[in-house]
Amino acid sequence: MRAYFGRRYMVSASHRLHSDALSAEENRAAYGKCNNPHGHGHNYVIEVLTGGVVDPDTGMVVNMATLDKTVKVRVMERFDQTNLNFDPLFVDRVPTSENLCKAVFGLLKNALPCGELEYVRVEETENNFFEYAGE
Amino acid sequence: MILLTRRATFSASHYYWNPEWSAEHNEQVFGRCANRNGHGHNYTLEVTVAGEPDAVTGFVVDLKWLRDVIEREVLVAYDHRHLNLEAPEFARTIPTTENIAIAAWNRLEPAVTGAGGARLSRVRIYETPDIFAEYRGEA
Repeated sequence: MRAYFGRRYMVSASHRLHSDALSAEENRAAYGKCNNPHGHGHNYVIEVLTGGVVDPDTGMVVNMATLDKTVKVRVMERFDQTNLNFDPLFVDRVPTSENLCKAVFGLLKNALPCGELEYVRVEETENNFFEYAGE
Repeated sequence: MILLTRRATFSASHYYWNPEWSAEHNEQVFGRCANRNGHGHNYTLEVTVAGEPDAVTGFVVDLKWLRDVIEREVLVAYDHRHLNLEAPEFARTIPTTENIAIAAWNRLEPAVTGAGGARLSRVRIYETPDIFAEYRGEA
């Protein structure tokens, strides 16, 4: 029987939205305050939805403690309390929440202890969020 | 097609225990959730139905009707109950969040389908604001 298990994690990080492909003026036009030179931060909520068959012995799609450990090692320890612009994944990609969403998806896709990754949602603030379910 | 969701909350206790396993193995897999005295949560239930808005009322389903269905089919059985001891579906099935989502679906589906017009699309259960499970029926 297929079901889904979801978990929400918080990551605090800073970023600056700036594209080397744009002029200073174009960057300001595209990103507004998010282009301010010294960056700014968010408490990101990262929601991970896994899907799979419910194990008849445990009643679980995935063991939460194992999932937590995977996300901690692959995502939290990488991004929490950091400046996203300095992460190798964002050397040539602007650390928008769209790109963070895809990056987290990529980090978890083949690393889950069991079940499949259905989507990653990144909530930048309470009023905006982004979702990626793979191609 | 429109998806319509109604939320409800209930408070219940449970524990995780597989009677086929030794006490040590239960504690190893389920940790603190294996404490046989149980523990509790404020659960949030989200029930999503899918359908077309009625030409006259503009409703997919009447939200008051859906509230009453949730109350009658799920909350009466689960709210302020010990799920392992009082809900018959968990006499032999562990009341994990996943299994509660499936059981709530099984309780709701006949009533929603029987009313005609809309179909049950998704049941999501939040055990805490950061832990949830979802069931969408058999594909």
